[in-house]
Amino acid sequence: MSNSPQTPGIAPARLDAEEVARNFSDLHPAYDDHEAMVAADRCYFCYDAPCITACPTSIDIPLFIRQIQAGHPEGAAKTIFDQNILGGMCARVCPTETLCEEACVREAAEGKPVEIGRLQRYATDALMARGQHPYERGEATGKRVAVVGAGPAGLACAHRLAMKGHDVVIFDARPKPGGLNEFGIATYKTVGGFAQAEVDWLLKIGGITVETGKALGSDLSLDALMDEYDAVFLGIGLQGVNALRAEGEDKGGVADAVDFIAELRQTSDLSSLPVGRNVVVIGGGMTAVDAAVQSKLLGAENVTIAYRRGRDRMSASRFEQDLAASKGVRLIFNAQPKTVHGNGSAAEIEFEYTRDGANGLEPTGETFRIAADQVFKAIGQTLDGAPNGLTLDGNKIAVTGAGRTTRDKVWAGGDCASGGDDLTVTAVAEGRDAAEDIHTALMG
Amino acid sequence: MADLSTNFVGIKSPNPFWLASAPPTDKEYNVRRAFEAGWGGVVWKTLGLDPHIVNVNGPRYGVVYGADRRVLGINNIELITDRPLETNLEEIKRVKADYPDRAVIVSLMVPCEEWAWKEILPKVEDTGCDGIELNFGCPHGMSERGMGAAVGQVPEYIQMVTEWCKANTHLPVLVKLTPNITDIRYPARAAHAGGADGVSLINTISSITSVNLDTMSPEPSIDGKGSHGGYCGPAVKPIALNMVAEIARDPETAGLPISGIGGVTTWRDAAEFLSLGAGSVQVCTAAMVYGFGIIKELTAGLSDWMDEKGYTSIDQVTGRAVPNVTDWQYLNLNYVTKARIDQDACIKCGRCYAACEDTSHQAIAMKPGRVFEVIDEECVACNLCVDVCPVEDCITMERLAPGEVDARTGKVVEADYANWTTHPNNPSAKAAE
Repeated sequence: MSNSPQTPGIAPARLDAEEVARNFSDLHPAYDDHEAMVAADRCYFCYDAPCITACPTSIDIPLFIRQIQAGHPEGAAKTIFDQNILGGMCARVCPTETLCEEACVREAAEGKPVEIGRLQRYATDALMARGQHPYERGEATGKRVAVVGAGPAGLACAHRLAMKGHDVVIFDARPKPGGLNEFGIATYKTVGGFAQAEVDWLLKIGGITVETGKALGSDLSLDALMDEYDAVFLGIGLQGVNALRAEGEDKGGVADAVDFIAELRQTSDLSSLPVGRNVVVIGGGMTAVDAAVQSKLLGAENVTIAYRRGRDRMSASRFEQDLAASKGVRLIFNAQPKTVHGNGSAAEIEFEYTRDGANGLEPTGETFRIAADQVFKAIGQTLDGAPNGLTLDGNKIAVTGAGRTTRDKVWAGGDCASGGDDLTVTAVAEGRDAAEDIHTALMG
Repeated sequence: MADLSTNFVGIKSPNPFWLASAPPTDKEYNVRRAFEAGWGGVVWKTLGLDPHIVNVNGPRYGVVYGADRRVLGINNIELITDRPLETNLEEIKRVKADYPDRAVIVSLMVPCEEWAWKEILPKVEDTGCDGIELNFGCPHGMSERGMGAAVGQVPEYIQMVTEWCKANTHLPVLVKLTPNITDIRYPARAAHAGGADGVSLINTISSITSVNLDTMSPEPSIDGKGSHGGYCGPAVKPIALNMVAEIARDPETAGLPISGIGGVTTWRDAAEFLSLGAGSVQVCTAAMVYGFGIIKELTAGLSDWMDEKGYTSIDQVTGRAVPNVTDWQYLNLNYVTKARIDQDACIKCGRCYAACEDTSHQAIAMKPGRVFEVIDEECVACNLCVDVCPVEDCITMERLAPGEVDARTGKVVEADYANWTTHPNNPSAKAAE
């Protein structure tokens, strides 16, 4: 090990490879059989359970937990996959603390919900470990559907369409399918190459072709797809990144958090990945937390998340905030970046405090600086390269009903489409529902 | 501090907790450990005539689990002691000599012939033990050979063997009853008629705990076959409590000393057996699951509860609840209650609603915001909602005061006690005087 957390600048191998590997192990390790039985037994099998309502994919949670209790995890998995074919990934990455587990009556009763996410993982792991795919492709309809984007929305849409017997081609700009599951989630939430394994498992249904390295705009056009296919589903995500609008943001060492996370996910030897001694992440969402925590786990000495509003406005959940704090990440609230200082490369970043004024957020005039040789921007992504002819709703593709865009034969879902939270599980629900609507439209 | 010492049919022990005749009392080593831990007495594992019996060489126990592998019930296919009679007798003698203040009762099972009892009783007496218990209860194995439950299921045999024993020993005689009968009062009356000093119950219940669905063999499986075993543990406690109470309140056996057995796991279980008429309690499954150390919880818990209630001795507790065990026909039909849900305590799980709506009387309304409210017009006061509610005291049954109107029947609640025997719907109702 040549470097340490104190090595100046941006450097690889701040920790030895073993320690890095340990740092990036499973955040929530899988239950063993007995742990799962004990955890499952805590479920009350509520009537019209609030957790189901809280789940964007409406998984029948009490039913699948009861199936685990009854020693039938594969049946439990089927209950999950019926609603959410990416139930394995959602079990790992869903912010359950703001969804099903927040709604759990035992959260209200004793502040300790049934651990639905981990139980879901137990069930889905059990079935996926069998290597079989539990669904069969429906009788061929002869209809062909193009799905643009191999992320959660596109995959869920493609799978449901395949179940209905349609032929599906998924196009994706990246070299691998998976979308944010593969490129955009903290490594410790989906260890062991799970994202690719899940895609491979999902594709076993048959009838789905994946073409990578094909981006809408440069390699594909919506009009051409509409000519060639009976329907098109757009699940292209948000490719653009918001600008910091701070002086000096073009200096060396300033980067997009999503790029850092993607690079991290694609690096096999994490100790070879350079990281700053002093890392500052700007933003208040999950991406900010993922970038900050992983910087710390790589061996950065000081990592700070700076968010321009108060803690209560932060979109990362309290669980995520606490996770960051527990890893040694400092959280600063009500601070907006003003200037990145440094000679060519970032050395310091200057913030100005903010407060809520009559006309929204306003600067207080008080500034401070913190050392920063690496600055990650995590202030939100934007729709980039939306095809012409689609009406936008704000910065997203406007949809009504189950993902219908303003153009005939074109549906959209996931982060690129209006409505819903930018979550994996929401994308799955939207992809699935769009597929049902496409099926109805094609077969009607 | 309450005095836990007992004098049960003349047998003294420092506390009412005896280890039942079973594997924990099979030999000197275990019994010494039990006495060192603080147990008040033991009923030595059942002795028989030589040549001693043999046990299976595969699994002897089957189990029923609750949450977190908590043992709710165990069944066994173990037989009586599988060691030579002389070995047991020597060990009993040594143990009793070293622990004179503890109760040592010896369980016996020999063929239903008087010579057999005449042969074994003097040898047992010679150990210096405090009493004998006749094992008329084991439902498996020995019953196929005309012993155990095969005797306990025939009141005439019970009386006959009891009489032989009373005639051939001066030791107190306890008769251990099998629950595998239709009415426990008949065997108890037979024991009483035979001169028994007391009865102990229940022995285990004939059972199959589970079936291995791969091999299609009952568990415990011996080379792919299973035989019914005797079921015990917390799961059988309600059955045992009822049988104890039935004997305690039967005029023909009233006052007959009872050693209560069946799922005693905590001091509270023991107190319940005592209240229904038991003068001592016997424990097996709890010790087999947790070891002898539980005696400290049993004695401390019982003692503290007695102090809190002002009971100074065990006999003040024995039978205290018996007058309140009655026949259904005497229950007060003018006792009218309604379920009440404490909205502050409610966690909105809706189990009360599902139970009432699907399986009972549609007496709970589910309102917006998951607010659950009792519909008095429909509530028959069955208590199911209370039972299924996961929050203690969230749902309670509140009595309607005399003069109030029961919204379900539209009738004014009467203050007077009235039961089925005088109810107008009863064809056999006695006219009010």
